[in-house]
Amino acid sequence: MNLLKISGSPHVHTDNSVKGIMYGVIYAMIPALLVSIYFFGLDAIRVTVLSVVMCLLVEYLIQKYVLKTTVTISDGSAIITGILLAFNVPSNLPWHIILIGAIVAIGIGKMSFGGVGKNIFNPALVGRVFLLISFPVQMTSWPIPVPLGGKALTDAITGPTPLGIMKEGLSAGKTVSEIMPQIPDYVQNMLVGFQGGSLGEVSALALLLGAIYMLIRKIITWHTPVAFIGSAFIFASILYLMDPARFVDPFFHMLTGGMMLGVFFMATDMVTSPMSAKGQLIFGAGAGILTILIRVFGAYPEGVSFAILIMNAFVPLLDRGFKPKRFGEVVKA
Amino acid sequence: MLKTFKLGGVHPAENKISEDKKIEVLPLPKIAYIPISQHLGAPAKPLVNKGDAIKVGQQIAKGEAFISANIHSSVSGKVQKVDTVIDASGYKRTAVVVQVEGDEWEDGIDRTRDIKRDITLSQKEIIAKINEKGIVGLGGATFPSHVKLMVPDGKKADVLIINGVECEPYLTSDHRLMLEMGEEMMIGVEILKRALGVNRAVIGIENNKPDAIEHLSKIAKNFSGIEVQGLKVKYPQGAEKQLIKAIINREVPSGKLPIEVGAVVNNSGTAYAVYEAVQKNKPLIERVVTITGKSVKNPGNFMVRIGTPVSELIEAGGGLPDDTGKVISGGPMMGKALNSLEAPIVKGTSGILIMQEEEAARKQVLNCIRCSRCVSVCPMGLEPYLLEKVVMFEDFERTEKERVMDCIECGSCQFTCPANRPLLDYIRLGKNKVGQIMRARAKK
Repeated sequence: MNLLKISGSPHVHTDNSVKGIMYGVIYAMIPALLVSIYFFGLDAIRVTVLSVVMCLLVEYLIQKYVLKTTVTISDGSAIITGILLAFNVPSNLPWHIILIGAIVAIGIGKMSFGGVGKNIFNPALVGRVFLLISFPVQMTSWPIPVPLGGKALTDAITGPTPLGIMKEGLSAGKTVSEIMPQIPDYVQNMLVGFQGGSLGEVSALALLLGAIYMLIRKIITWHTPVAFIGSAFIFASILYLMDPARFVDPFFHMLTGGMMLGVFFMATDMVTSPMSAKGQLIFGAGAGILTILIRVFGAYPEGVSFAILIMNAFVPLLDRGFKPKRFGEVVKA
Repeated sequence: MLKTFKLGGVHPAENKISEDKKIEVLPLPKIAYIPISQHLGAPAKPLVNKGDAIKVGQQIAKGEAFISANIHSSVSGKVQKVDTVIDASGYKRTAVVVQVEGDEWEDGIDRTRDIKRDITLSQKEIIAKINEKGIVGLGGATFPSHVKLMVPDGKKADVLIINGVECEPYLTSDHRLMLEMGEEMMIGVEILKRALGVNRAVIGIENNKPDAIEHLSKIAKNFSGIEVQGLKVKYPQGAEKQLIKAIINREVPSGKLPIEVGAVVNNSGTAYAVYEAVQKNKPLIERVVTITGKSVKNPGNFMVRIGTPVSELIEAGGGLPDDTGKVISGGPMMGKALNSLEAPIVKGTSGILIMQEEEAARKQVLNCIRCSRCVSVCPMGLEPYLLEKVVMFEDFERTEKERVMDCIECGSCQFTCPANRPLLDYIRLGKNKVGQIMRARAKK
């Protein structure tokens, strides 16, 4: 007879696994990935594959030769970072810039903190923001989406994003209603995917589909996204009601730029968001307000990345300040 | 309408393999090892010596401390020695070792199955009888029942809750008892009601046992002030505080006992033991024990004499399967892994679960990915990931502040952790250390 095993209880375990959760997120990004391939063609595949492979490679090399620990690249977390990084850059980005992005995202954003689960900031956003600051020209020349086998809406090869057009117009002293004709049909364009921008930003609907999948599988909860969207919407509405000439309507903010991508795929990253429901609500609300603040009053047209990164820094504080409701808590009189 | 508790909880696979197996009587062991500490509190003091001839039901150890319980012999024969044996905890503990000869019972014990319905004893006499017969909580915690029934000054009980939840996967001993000894159990509930001086008793049963709910509801009609409450299946509903919350929606304050909210909880098996003690004059010398597991040939429920080695129950279940990894006393969520199959069945043993090697193996521990599942399943509203961390860093001041002592060790956090972290191992360590610190502080 074999020796009996001894251990503390519990002696059973669910089928929950880190891999299961990570691959769930990857599956949720597939609709958006397909849409980006539809609109940007081979370039989308090129950028995504390069980004994923480089992220895996950087993580592998660091774990194997720098940290000399077990290699855990099969857990799927580096693939998520790779896809998210690709989702956050234009489809014509040269390979060496993607490599730099991967090194910064995985090397500085993740491994320097101790690897999966230990990083404070969302690695993909760390990489993205680094690239945005280091390569402002390459990072903001957005190819116009061309459907597979279809024709572009204009003859131009690259063009600014709706947010960029809005920002430029407003700083030139135009009013919102003067700028709007430059971005016609933005609602359906952005819902479906004709919106110029990063790979993963093109279709709000595809992103929503992935988000619903993650909600059903309980990979994310509603708290962060609802607070994020809600606060951004309310804040943008207040500005709009104050002066509709200077401030664009809140729906514009909801649909443009990285809003949907950020809300559902970046802000909900479990590693870099708070543990308690209350903490998540405040985290989301803070990110929503910061996004609008940066978009409206900041130097950059887009603020989602910065807003999430700033709120990431508050997570330890939110975890300390907002505890779950304890059973049998004695209320102090 | 079905009820349940709100905060946290998990749904482990139920695996109630033995639920349709009628209670059988396990043959007497050749040698019985009867520990003198089968309850929470001080060990009892042995009353017999080597060479003494004893009978079934004879008292062999006396519970002298306030929180302690009497021990009676479950077999007849000769005391071989009073020595230490390895018990379910894995430690050597003092036990009376009896060479079994025949099956001779003490006089005055009613061994028939005739149901005795008239309750003639007074409140005080009932409690004295329960004390005398060594009744303890049979749900697992084995708290001496007579102590539980003595309501402290200034407190008042208004409801008795009977725990028929059996939320641990695999175990079916309470289920079978409720089905086969339902009326006796109900009389036991009535006795407990009188002992406490309450007019209301609620029996909580999860709805994965619809037959038990139906059966007991029928019997309860003949009693006044006893209700049966169906509960949604959710682990750990059998935990005292969660059960009280589920049934009467009262929340026992942190660090306090159920009596604080006017409730006293007793296990359904305890109610049956109380019936036998008070109506039949029978001490707690046997109990229903489930033998189960995926590879067990003949899973079942057996009436087992206390002190019978676990190995004999396993034989009755068809022997130890080849793919055995762990043998657990209790259920898979809170049970203890045995290191010796010669450990005796005691008052608190509700089942013996044999787990397959593969099922019993722990998975590789990975980094915490802060998914917060442990927080959302904790029925006490604690943060297991954080407790693990502060215990690891040996910051026991913080561990105490984060209310480690509220943990009921249900294991939901570790069960659900996708990174397979040994959360409860660390939390137990933290509870132990903080307990030491608190006791040292109390002495000052």
